[in-house]
Amino acid sequence: MEFALNDILSILAATIRLSTPLIFAAMAGIFSERSGVVDISLEGKLLAGAFAAASMAAYTGSAWLGLGAAIITGMILSLIHGFASITHKGDQVVSGVAINIIVSGLTVVLGMAWFHRSGQTPTLTSDSRFMPIQLPGVDAISNIPFIGEIYSKLISGHNLLVYIAFASVAFTYWVLFKTRFGLRLRAVGENPKAVDTAGISVSFLRYRAILIGGILTGIGGTYISIAQNASFIKDMSAGQGYIALAAMIFGKWKPVPAMFSCFLFGFLEALSMRMQGVVIPYIGEVPVQFIQAAPYILTVVLLAGFVGRAIAPKADGIPYVKER
Amino acid sequence: MSKTSSTIPKWADVLLIPIINLFMALAVSAMIIYLVGENPIEALKLMIEGAFGSSEGVGYTLYYATNFIFTGLAVAMAFHAMLFNIGGEGQAYIGGLGVAVILLALDQYLPFWILLPLALIGAMLFGAAWAAVPAYLQAYRGSHIVITTIMFNFIAANLMVYLLVNVFILPGSMTPESRVFEEIAWMPSIQSIFATLGIEISDSPLNLSFIIALIVSLIVWIYIWHTRWGYEMRSVGFSEKAATYAGINTKRVIMITMLISGALAGLAGVNEIMGVQHKLMLDFVAGYGFTGIAVALMGRNHPVGIIMASILFGALFQGGAELSFDMPTISKEMVFVIQGLIILFSGALAYMSRPWVEKIFIIFSKNTKKGA
Amino acid sequence: MSNFSIELKDISKSFGSIQANKNVNLKIKKGTIHGIVGENGAGKSTLMSILYGFYEADSGTIYVNGKETTIKNSTDAIKAGIGMVHQHFMLVENFTVLENIILGAESGMILSKSIKNATSEIKNLEKSYGLYVDLDARIDTIPVGQQQRVETIKALYRGAKILILDEPTGVLTPQEADQLFDILRALKDQGTTVVIITHKLREIMDLTDSVSVMRAGEIVDSLETSKTSKEELAELMVGRKIRMNLEKSSAKTGETLIDVNKLGLTDSSGIRRLDNLNFQVKAGEIVGIAGVSGNGQSELLEILCGILPCSDGKIKISDITITPTNQTKPDKIRHAGIAHVPEDRLKRGLIPQFSASESSILGYQNSSSFNGIAFTRTDAIRSHCISIMKDFDVRPQNPDIKSANFSGGNQQKLILAREMERSPKVLLVGQPTRGVDIGAIEFIHKQIIQMRDKGSAVLLVSGELDELITLSDRIIVMFDGKIVGEVDANKTDEKELGLMMTNSHEQKNGQKYE
Repeated sequence: MEFALNDILSILAATIRLSTPLIFAAMAGIFSERSGVVDISLEGKLLAGAFAAASMAAYTGSAWLGLGAAIITGMILSLIHGFASITHKGDQVVSGVAINIIVSGLTVVLGMAWFHRSGQTPTLTSDSRFMPIQLPGVDAISNIPFIGEIYSKLISGHNLLVYIAFASVAFTYWVLFKTRFGLRLRAVGENPKAVDTAGISVSFLRYRAILIGGILTGIGGTYISIAQNASFIKDMSAGQGYIALAAMIFGKWKPVPAMFSCFLFGFLEALSMRMQGVVIPYIGEVPVQFIQAAPYILTVVLLAGFVGRAIAPKADGIPYVKER
Repeated sequence: MSKTSSTIPKWADVLLIPIINLFMALAVSAMIIYLVGENPIEALKLMIEGAFGSSEGVGYTLYYATNFIFTGLAVAMAFHAMLFNIGGEGQAYIGGLGVAVILLALDQYLPFWILLPLALIGAMLFGAAWAAVPAYLQAYRGSHIVITTIMFNFIAANLMVYLLVNVFILPGSMTPESRVFEEIAWMPSIQSIFATLGIEISDSPLNLSFIIALIVSLIVWIYIWHTRWGYEMRSVGFSEKAATYAGINTKRVIMITMLISGALAGLAGVNEIMGVQHKLMLDFVAGYGFTGIAVALMGRNHPVGIIMASILFGALFQGGAELSFDMPTISKEMVFVIQGLIILFSGALAYMSRPWVEKIFIIFSKNTKKGA
Repeated sequence: MSNFSIELKDISKSFGSIQANKNVNLKIKKGTIHGIVGENGAGKSTLMSILYGFYEADSGTIYVNGKETTIKNSTDAIKAGIGMVHQHFMLVENFTVLENIILGAESGMILSKSIKNATSEIKNLEKSYGLYVDLDARIDTIPVGQQQRVETIKALYRGAKILILDEPTGVLTPQEADQLFDILRALKDQGTTVVIITHKLREIMDLTDSVSVMRAGEIVDSLETSKTSKEELAELMVGRKIRMNLEKSSAKTGETLIDVNKLGLTDSSGIRRLDNLNFQVKAGEIVGIAGVSGNGQSELLEILCGILPCSDGKIKISDITITPTNQTKPDKIRHAGIAHVPEDRLKRGLIPQFSASESSILGYQNSSSFNGIAFTRTDAIRSHCISIMKDFDVRPQNPDIKSANFSGGNQQKLILAREMERSPKVLLVGQPTRGVDIGAIEFIHKQIIQMRDKGSAVLLVSGELDELITLSDRIIVMFDGKIVGEVDANKTDEKELGLMMTNSHEQKNGQKYE
């Protein structure tokens, strides 16, 4: 019994850690798509953020400056995406794909130029990373059975960015549904004409939405490289931006459900890590490659709509043009 | 989609604007090279020399181009039905698997001229199969084909690792590779073909697949513009409403187009597996699927444009490899940056330069009128 | 202070080569209800969109309350006290009524405060004008009549003193329309200037103080409503067009080729688009369908040609039977000898990016005469295109030019040529001369009559009344998805049809349609 609880707690704690970058990216996706801009470039922004954070942290020794660099990088990429898809009304998917490819190459090129290592940044010491923190009172209650263990092992002991991820869900919810900006943002993703005729600039609104997305993916990228890991590694985002998009769709473009679908992906990954080398009766050992592919397969299954159809914001993906 | 008006001549639309877009992408690339601390003009020289300076360089350039022609045609085919197939990477990977399965099974029994068509069919079938699920989900369930094809890229990567580690690996070996095919199953290299004619050229991975790529380009051109299926496909791509009016089954067209697209991407596996590696191995696709997107956008989805763009990208890859050798601060991934910039400028920002070009032409035509 | 809320001086606006408004001059007195009438495409909506800042005029000046005002966007219009209820509502469907009303006019950053502040203000508006609506209901759950009230409240909440309504009754039931008129009168009584765009003359007569008539982008006359009549307005609207001199013998009818029985259509939002249609078309006759656009004619055509499935009833067309459970696809219908010239030639009739020769086989792309075993016979298609271009005088006679680059008339001739070439048993024609120059119109008319004389059954949907009268043998009038009357084309005139279409006509059997 004791062993089982520990086991479950460690899987759940891993779930939280693995979900964190997905949550940041999914919230970014919600801001962007709720305003009517499809953002495939979440992937590239995560990766660019990871690289920027790791580089800056390696250079200055400060995790916080790393975070700042990642956020600025995310915002710059958002501006490029906006320039192509909002100002010039280009194809949003093509623009996103372009950004992803550019980032995938540029991170390696710059890493080579700055650190003379192929596809990697120097390994960081723990002072220049976001390290796990203990929440207050852990010592006091950790001896209490069950509750104490949950508090000390599951809730406490993550790094700061994990808590910020949860805060970002609350923040997204609050902005979208409780503020004037959120009302307008949701409106522009549904019916930009209604917003235009109400005397609000469609473009400015959309720019602001994707800039927030840039900030969030910047934090997500920071988490990947200098919290979850200790350096940047080539293509380390590994499709998490796309998975976050799927989680967002599965969460029907709503912050809290999207967070739970991120947990679903995180849990699957945590579970599959646990499954490595485990022999299941009758089936045998599950191949590690299947375990690694599981999130991608799950993404396809979820998108196939086998679990209920998702309705996107009506104007999602359509550049706003006043037509005759 | 931007409406194209006829204020500028066709040659400007087909040639000038793509060249302006290419130039802008290259200008940004030059800036990056400069920021990295190297001389962009020097870099350009090195690249051109690496790509075209020797017969070996040309061989490599065309060898890379072969892959891009296949993946570029795949992307273009789907674009004609307004589908964005980003899964060329995975489809090419699985296509290579198809080639290897056929050759490993039959190379000891059959002559080359029977193995070749079988290998081509294997590549196309496997590539098409890998596109089938995203195609079905797009046509009948409305799932976003961009995300599903990307996911299938990741799934393909894992599947291939599994197969190589568990199925194709040689007993006792530590490297995840299959056995080398019998020599009879190798695609003849260009130097060996030339050698039979008595001409000696230096070694390169360029092989007969390049010729096959050109033939396939011709077939694709015929399919798109000279068959009723191509007609239906383009109708669906341009105007689903008009296609419905014309009695075309749009869902079936989406299905068929994506299968062909996957089959074309799969053919890249022939070049790599049958032509160069002669065994199944990991990661032989190396981003060629994504390059196909840039090639298709630059080549305006036309086989001739795609061949030209593929050679340009072949030169970029070959020149880039030479460049990173001579300028160690620039890694070979620079070509991906350039590739991404080209997608950005000739895809998403394709019409950015249009208003300026139009203005210039209006001023120009006014002046000529005054003169006349 | 000026007596006029709005003065427009020499407003012009064109879209590409189409002149939507031409030197429009208009004065609207404060505190009155002013109507603007005109046929579809006369430029009414464009004019009002300019006033509301959705489009910018190419030239001309706008005065609001006697002051020259620049209106570049909707913000400027709102500031100038102008509000607009658009024909297609500018509402966010998954928002509540209240959210829609405050959108863009919130009182502060935090939503809950804005909502609190707005609620009492909106309640006041509701009381003073009788504009009651459930503020917490989601837009997509309330009927269109209520949605329109939301649009009205939206404008008033922003302090509109001038309210423009674009075709407000198009989507309303007669009862809802009456309620709307009461509200508008209440608004007028409290000093608001109301501008209403419509093509229904009954509404003009019932509601307005003054009226302007638009035709082909221009204002042809402005009158006081009390000093005019429906008949006069109808004549001004349609204009005195030159009736084409077409020799037309009387119809020699044969077997029934279209037999429509209790046909009905309910669309996805539950609105009844067609209801209980019954009519026949025989070989050798042209039956015209008259009606103000949006009253079900388009849906009828699309059902007959297999694009749209019907919800109830039964159709026999040529040898094919269509019922809700037995839908027939467009290719099958075409194979049975039914040709269709669609209403929207650029969206359906041809593919603008295709060359003329490619567009010339649209719908017939699988025909054996254009295909070898595998390849299309490009030469056969080209020569086929050239031959039908010759037959129908399509210019320039070049099959390689992009379809988009032909003039409207030549595009239309190409489509007609394609559809008529095989001597179809049934010809369905929608808006054959919309946006077509006069020379081409005459030619197209002759061809349609020839088809009839060769024994085809022709069903003609058109918004042009003189065209319907010239071509048709019988004319069926549709209103609100129903057939409201049928007339002999030789014994009717535009005035009578116009009145029937706007449903202000006493029907011959004495029943007044409600």
